[in-house]
Amino acid sequence: MKKYSWKPIPFLLFTVLLLIWEGAVHALDIPMYVLPSPVQVGKALAEELSVLAGHAAVTVGEALAGMGISLVLAVLLGIVMDCFPLMRQGIYPVLVVTQTVPMIVMAPVLIIYMGFGVAPKILTVVLMCFFPVAVSFCDGLSQVDEEYVNLVRSCGAGRLKSYSLVKIPAAVPALISGLKVSATYSISGAVVGEWIGAQKGLGYYLLRVKNSYMLDRVFACVAVIILLSLCMNGLIGLCQYKAVPYMRNKR
Amino acid sequence: MKLRVKELTFSYENKMILDHVDFAVRGGEFVSLLGPSGSGKSTILKLLTGVLPCEKGTVMVDGAPVKGLSPHFAYMPQNDLLFPWKTILDNVCLYGRIHGSLKAMRREARASFPEFGLAGYEDCYPSQLSGGMRQRAAFLRTALCKADILLLDEPFGALDVITRGEMQDWLLGIHRKMNRTVVLVTHDMDEAVYLSDRILILNQSPARITDEIEIKERARDREWLYGQGDLRRKIYSLIMAGAGEVRESGRNVGAQ
Repeated sequence: MKKYSWKPIPFLLFTVLLLIWEGAVHALDIPMYVLPSPVQVGKALAEELSVLAGHAAVTVGEALAGMGISLVLAVLLGIVMDCFPLMRQGIYPVLVVTQTVPMIVMAPVLIIYMGFGVAPKILTVVLMCFFPVAVSFCDGLSQVDEEYVNLVRSCGAGRLKSYSLVKIPAAVPALISGLKVSATYSISGAVVGEWIGAQKGLGYYLLRVKNSYMLDRVFACVAVIILLSLCMNGLIGLCQYKAVPYMRNKR
Repeated sequence: MKLRVKELTFSYENKMILDHVDFAVRGGEFVSLLGPSGSGKSTILKLLTGVLPCEKGTVMVDGAPVKGLSPHFAYMPQNDLLFPWKTILDNVCLYGRIHGSLKAMRREARASFPEFGLAGYEDCYPSQLSGGMRQRAAFLRTALCKADILLLDEPFGALDVITRGEMQDWLLGIHRKMNRTVVLVTHDMDEAVYLSDRILILNQSPARITDEIEIKERARDREWLYGQGDLRRKIYSLIMAGAGEVRESGRNVGAQ
């Protein structure tokens, strides 16, 4: 059966939705403090661009730091859990439980422990991003074909070489899948941290404009958050392109 | 004798897979272990490489006993097991990477690429190569190991019949040039007859070597193989006699 595909379809659908939104705001005469129209959001975005850029830089910095820490911790923990099955048995359920704690509850607690600096924001990102990276990497390591390991062992490789030559490279695609998921969470994680208590960042800006009922700016900020999250996802895609060249032509 | 295997015995989950397997291989000889699927042929190779622990029996190379992982053996598995994340050149230089002699091995490998039909594919990834080329790359990786004895575990089993024939012709030619000691595991009777100096026939699990056939003809080609009706009939009846013993004793086929 022939499959129909047309690349512009998502953009077309998005444009149609924006037009319906714009039309509905005018037709129903909805005030801006209830729902701003896309044009009003666009205007607010243009007016506030420099302010938003300053706050975005802070949020992106926190998100990148959190992602970096998550990556290092996840790789280390993944290897430890793969080396020692008892550790995996013990740690894995704890990891799952940590994900059930709502981050909006954890963020204020972290501020009590760590103050109003960037540390609790970075830790919020780590708590949100670490789990998908660790789980996917750990699963990737455990699914490596044992025959590959036997092959390098038969060539005289020890345990360390088995990891560096086979297990870690073979688990990289799984690691990247986890990173893609957590990349989309990272900006939201930093925003949650800033929302609870901060002097700068998109979360702080969002709270300020929301309290002033400037909903056009709230929506403009949300658009920036969406864009940045997509950029983070794209960044991981770029890393995948560079680091895993053999997967370039695979879907 | 280059390799001598004495009373090799192995059990898995309380089921005996190998039962006192004895054989010897001369230096430069090409020996095939021929038996039905599930007879434990691959287990013999895994025990020789040390990937599986040897519970009973001895393995001797050049008269000295060998235990555990041994540098005397280079193993080529049934699947090519080329790393998809590495180029063909990096794949075939695996031994050099493990033992810190990558630069020298790269030079050696590049020089061997034309002979292995891989010239121009040094920087390609395995997914860009055909099945036959991948097997040749896997064989080059095995040949580049500084080992005395090459252990080939059904290397062409996953290939289509035409490519398999081409690969057999190629292996026969390259073995004459390399003159390395080879132990080939196969369930393909024609492959064993065509390539080997000697065929060791295994019966089904628990495996024992029941018969041995020496092939004296050195100037072999496809025409010669097609004329070996009597030899093939004899080997077939020996294999079937081994399989019949198993059916009569009511044993199940074990893991290979």
